[in-house]
Amino acid sequence: MFITNVAILVLAGFVGYAVISKVPNTLHTPLMSGTNAIHGIVVLGGIIVLGLGEDLSVLDKGLLVIAIIFGTINVVGGFLVTDRMLEMFKSKPAPVKQDDEEQA
Amino acid sequence: MNPVLATSFIHSDDLIAVLYIVAFSLFIYGLSGLTGPRTAVRGNRIAAVGMGIALLASFLIEGMGNWALIIIALVIGTIIGIPSARSVKMTAVPQMVALFNGVGGGAVALIAWAEFNDTGGFAGEPLTFVIPSLFAAIVGSVSFWGSNIAFAKLQEILPGHPISAGRLQQPLNLILLLIALASAVAIASGETATIYILVLLAASALLGLFVVLPIGGADMPVVISLLNAFTGLSAAATGLALNNTALIVAGMIVGASGTILTRLMADAMNRSIPSIIAGGFGGGGGEVGASGAGEHGGTVRATSAADAAIQMAFARQVVIVPGYGMAVAQAQHAVRELASELEKRNVEVKYAIHPVAGRMPGHMNVLLAEADVPYDQLKEMDEINPEFSRTDVALVIGANDVTNPAANTNSDSPIYGMPILNVNESKSVIVLKRSMNPGFAGIENELYFEPMTSMLFGDAKSSVAEITAELTAL
Repeated sequence: MFITNVAILVLAGFVGYAVISKVPNTLHTPLMSGTNAIHGIVVLGGIIVLGLGEDLSVLDKGLLVIAIIFGTINVVGGFLVTDRMLEMFKSKPAPVKQDDEEQA
Repeated sequence: MNPVLATSFIHSDDLIAVLYIVAFSLFIYGLSGLTGPRTAVRGNRIAAVGMGIALLASFLIEGMGNWALIIIALVIGTIIGIPSARSVKMTAVPQMVALFNGVGGGAVALIAWAEFNDTGGFAGEPLTFVIPSLFAAIVGSVSFWGSNIAFAKLQEILPGHPISAGRLQQPLNLILLLIALASAVAIASGETATIYILVLLAASALLGLFVVLPIGGADMPVVISLLNAFTGLSAAATGLALNNTALIVAGMIVGASGTILTRLMADAMNRSIPSIIAGGFGGGGGEVGASGAGEHGGTVRATSAADAAIQMAFARQVVIVPGYGMAVAQAQHAVRELASELEKRNVEVKYAIHPVAGRMPGHMNVLLAEADVPYDQLKEMDEINPEFSRTDVALVIGANDVTNPAANTNSDSPIYGMPILNVNESKSVIVLKRSMNPGFAGIENELYFEPMTSMLFGDAKSSVAEITAELTAL
């Protein structure tokens, strides 16, 4: 099982490299923010450990609750802030308005 | 029940496995959408849907309990996350990313800590569980504390210049790393006392603090990117420990992308990642730069908004060089208005975007996009550099190190060899700057002493607005 997982790990590394090395420079900030949101998947780790843990001490429950809160902030905040950034890129192809045409 | 044993039947549950496959396929598909401005919004949303599916899948795991706590934690996280992402100013995005990255790393470290406690100090656990968990604990903790320092520096809670213990810094960091590793080895070889994990976490935390504190603000984008990659790798390690494919794939993709991004940024600044981590750039650079400026002995010419307006009004081509100063002053809308005013007078306006202008790659693009600057006016360094010799006025707005000719000419300069925007080839250079303070790298900029350069001191936003007002009055 472990070796299979290591194989998945290695392949995922190559996939990440292949997908991301094509990103243009201008999108690097949104990309960093987007990948940042994706590693918020650790929230799953917190949920699973807390969900399946029996006889967890109060301390451990507390640690895991904080972990889930942190992970959720990472996911929700990460995707939202990326979305806000990218919306600005999307609105760009629209023609530039020059509404105050002044007569000299 | 022990989570590791418990997870062994997660995979027997085909539905969950399939949902995980769907989730990480959406991550990869979404990320590939981020490669173009048109598909990027959709790409990000697709990745978010993937995240939702992964979450849903983990709710389906048999034997889950503690639902109340899980839901409360999810709700609290959402309540904190949404407003902070909604209200953050676009200029403050770099530090927000640092903060979001930090909490991700913190989550990883906390999970490893709880696992340690829950399993009685990893007693009797296989090394395939223990080693990834310990890796996650160390890297997650470094990432959490390091990111918090990066946040504090960018938010100017802490001073941006390097803070370090000088010569002692590197031995100190090495000792901290060795302490963390020694605790990890002790735990892996069967020590179960809580003190070991606490020492491990504390040493890693101090390491994160001490590694980032001595790094100057100029290198901060690279550091955030590196910590982003670290958090990804630690998430992947958590995935290995928990035998969770979604975590492994998502974490590793982030690890790979963050590493590439870090290298691209470091290349653009002509800095090696090890020398950034070694730190103290700004401090050492300041001394070298100061002596260079002394030799120079040149004078700085100040100008007025009216003069700047006249110069630009009669130019054929104006190239705007934005930098962090524009971001701080929130001057992007004012800049856009100035450009419109110039375009009305048939002046060609272009923007020269240095890959590391601002504090993140693409930072300037995001800001200018916010101000509705047309995409095709934004020129990358290689495209714009040949144009400067045909440019009448280069308007430098709060950019410093990326325009410093010392990078091309002065082999003693700490930024020697860094690719720069060759603004000094333009007929005239107008620099908008708050004061003569050196930039983030702490180096004097020779550009300011050149005969074709004039300086307009003041806040970038009000300076730009004044120039625009003078232009309309012409």
